[in-house]
Amino acid sequence: MPYTPHTEYDRTAMLSELNLSSTDELFREIPENLRVQKGSLSLPNALSEYEIEKHLFRLSRLNRSSFDLISFLGAGMYDRYIPSTVSAMISRGEFLTAYTPYQPEASQGSLQTIYEFQTMIAELFGTDLANASMYDGATSMAEAAIVAHGINGRNTIAVSDLIHPHHRQVLNTYCWAIGLKTEVVPSVNGVCKLPEVGDQFACIVVGHPNFLGNLEDLSAVREWCNASGSQMIVSTDPIACALLKPPGEFGADFVVGEGQCLGVAMGLGGPAVGLFGCKQEHIRRIPGRIVGKTKEVHGDQEGYVMTLRTREQDIRREKATSNICTNEALMALANTVYLCAVGKNGIKQVAEASLRNSRYLQSKLEAIGMKKVDSSRYFCEFAVDLGKNAAPIVDRMLERGFLAGLALGEYYPARENQLLVATTEKRNKEEIDQYVSELAAEVGR
Amino acid sequence: MNQEFAGIKKRVPSPKLVFEKSSPGRVGCNLPSITTPEVDLNQELGETRSELHLPELSELEVVRHFTNLSHINYGIETGFYPLGSCTMKYNPKINERVAGLSGFTQLHPMQPVSTYPGAIEVMVQVQEFLAELTGFDAISLQPVAGAHGEMTCLMLMKAYHAAKGQGSRRIILVPDSAHGTNPASAARCGYEVKAVPTDANGNSDVAALKGILDGLGSEIAGLMLTNPSTLGLFETQIEEICQLIHNIGGLVFCDGANMNAMVGTTRPGDHGFDCMHLNLHKTFSTPHGGGGPGCGAIGVKQELVPFLPSPIVCRNSNGMAQLDFERPESIGRVSPYFGQFLMEVRALAYLLSYGKEHIHLISECAVLNANYVQEKLKKVLPPAFDRPCTHECVLTAEKYKKEFGVRALDISKRLIDYGFHPPTNYFPLIVPEAMMIEPTETECKETLDKFCEALILICEEASVQPDLLHQAPTSQIVGRLDETLAVKQLNVRWKPST
Repeated sequence: MPYTPHTEYDRTAMLSELNLSSTDELFREIPENLRVQKGSLSLPNALSEYEIEKHLFRLSRLNRSSFDLISFLGAGMYDRYIPSTVSAMISRGEFLTAYTPYQPEASQGSLQTIYEFQTMIAELFGTDLANASMYDGATSMAEAAIVAHGINGRNTIAVSDLIHPHHRQVLNTYCWAIGLKTEVVPSVNGVCKLPEVGDQFACIVVGHPNFLGNLEDLSAVREWCNASGSQMIVSTDPIACALLKPPGEFGADFVVGEGQCLGVAMGLGGPAVGLFGCKQEHIRRIPGRIVGKTKEVHGDQEGYVMTLRTREQDIRREKATSNICTNEALMALANTVYLCAVGKNGIKQVAEASLRNSRYLQSKLEAIGMKKVDSSRYFCEFAVDLGKNAAPIVDRMLERGFLAGLALGEYYPARENQLLVATTEKRNKEEIDQYVSELAAEVGR
Repeated sequence: MNQEFAGIKKRVPSPKLVFEKSSPGRVGCNLPSITTPEVDLNQELGETRSELHLPELSELEVVRHFTNLSHINYGIETGFYPLGSCTMKYNPKINERVAGLSGFTQLHPMQPVSTYPGAIEVMVQVQEFLAELTGFDAISLQPVAGAHGEMTCLMLMKAYHAAKGQGSRRIILVPDSAHGTNPASAARCGYEVKAVPTDANGNSDVAALKGILDGLGSEIAGLMLTNPSTLGLFETQIEEICQLIHNIGGLVFCDGANMNAMVGTTRPGDHGFDCMHLNLHKTFSTPHGGGGPGCGAIGVKQELVPFLPSPIVCRNSNGMAQLDFERPESIGRVSPYFGQFLMEVRALAYLLSYGKEHIHLISECAVLNANYVQEKLKKVLPPAFDRPCTHECVLTAEKYKKEFGVRALDISKRLIDYGFHPPTNYFPLIVPEAMMIEPTETECKETLDKFCEALILICEEASVQPDLLHQAPTSQIVGRLDETLAVKQLNVRWKPST
């Protein structure tokens, strides 16, 4: 085995140092009845590197990816262009194979990139600060809700029904386990209809853009939170934040989101990366790692360390702000490289291209009588009414070479005829024209 | 210092932040051009943002920035990384190649299920492999990190007790040597935590456990136990412990952080555990990435299967891999999709490279290496317990603290000057001046010898020149950093000068 270097000679020498004659004796403390006979497990046979590559290549070819299909599917994960610099930088062994930077002197590379990450996410979100990342957009949101409960002691989490349905399911699981209630806030015209002001709500969670791509009235949400004494949590899309007035500037206490769109492969959903920003006043309550700038003890050189460590599980144990330990550092690094590579102007271009493509798509669809369902403002994704059940259309559009979008009926039964379509900067006019004509043929327009 | 180890101080200026390298108008990526008509952004979006302070660099500047930062970062590929409890083994390159195949990377998690049978097959193959290795009836790959897997297992326990009308069980037992994530995960599930002490041999104190169970049995939901323990010792009475917990109606969770000691040699499912988590990023060689992504599969016995996160990935009666969403008793989703899919691909490549024939080599060589290091160091750094260790050894530097005012951390920092990453310090909490060394199976004898030699030299230095250790490291771009100052003068982001 190439990964286990001991030769017979090494093994014998090491065993003799231990006064043992066989490796079996190393396990003498394990009761005999609990030991496995070598080679007796019912497992596949070992493969050579070439055979492994062939096996996995063949499995990969059974899938139809966004290289095979033209994608208009978004719904929280986006088919965006990943610059070649991103994969090159995150593949560097010094980053890829490092542990969490517990030894700062030997980890300044990771630590500085995290400080840069925190800066860029806080900037995009318009928040005072951001942490060093969470698992994904869903758990980031659930963690924010739990922090909100810790701030005001209230037990009900109000969550818009236009938060990603899977994210709401994760929130429900987290809340059930820790003993909190969730209350779903209904929507009208594709945006959240704020509930009556009430002192039972720890927080309200809204999407901006929401699951249907629409933009919420965040000023109204802020006013509602002021009146209710609740925390304001906004789940956002960092690409949209390149153009929009960011949620933090509307006074959101917590801004969370999925960072996959910033240079991370969709990868069937993982690894993704959770973004988490908040107001300064909450910093001692938040989950996850935070990197701060400091100086040498015996010198003037500046450097970076993980800070406010007493929030974390390895120190505070059951009183920690969260149980999170390993986060998504490598994906956060991918976000950092992405944001440096596209830069200030590139991210605006990506956002504007996505928006313009969606407006063009909307106009082409309207020309064949397929209307955007809600009249609310939106970023680059919207629900369109096909006039018939959307789910079978999605399946049939595969044969025409398209991932047509998400049929909404599964999640919102009243929207059975609606298709959620998204355009990223990867789509172009020609593809959109082709998509609309194929969709028209499929639906019979 | 021995010349062979002499490190050269990295005399590079403190690297600038990327924001300080920015020049208005530079672009670092050749993006797709926009082909659709212009629109009025303000009209479309309502309020737009006024400023956006992101860097503007050329592509080469971006590449140099991160390449130079990588040079002041230590990874497994830089050198020996004996960080106890973290299993810093080699991350094979073939794993990266297959995980980069576009048929895996370019899959949207909400595209029709019919379009990714190959991905589902990957997940099922990983599950089948892990189930057989651990002795559990079913595996879920949905948890995305170790702590997430622990928490998911506790959620399963909670659902299990609730289904039996025993939702009032409010206590989770956790040994005093446990990882901090154990009590923190229990708190996340609304449980109270009660500690189980360790006995004089480094095992869980069974007599004390019995005492706790006698008094509180009906209120106890379960026990979280790391096996081998965080002391690097196999719990020799594991079957009895599990039986005791089962007798009072509780369940036993195995913290799988130390699975590397058991791969192919012994199976937690056979020990009596009801569920466990695995760290694919430790035991099964997916890279740590500087703090993630983790990948935290869980294994469960039949009684917990109904509660597993939905959907589950399984084979149908024809052997076809499929997704099952019909899970009425499921706790729901713990993450939005299928867990860390691309990490699962890496783990499968790794498992297949060992296969049935060689899989036991993992624990065999890991345990051999740890015992070898423990033996070679025992004169200068005695083990906390004089027993054969498993995949890691826990040593104590108490003597140096008492005699020379040198702490475990000082010894560790000095190791950096000798070119090695330090071991884990001050954990487990019950060992004074703990140094927890986990060599892993991928290190050769020469590396271990050199590491031991360095530690022996450092222990000598501790007695004659303790200040060398107090001031270490001196070979890196920065010396020891002021963590108190970092908390006092919080600076967690760069801000543009106004």
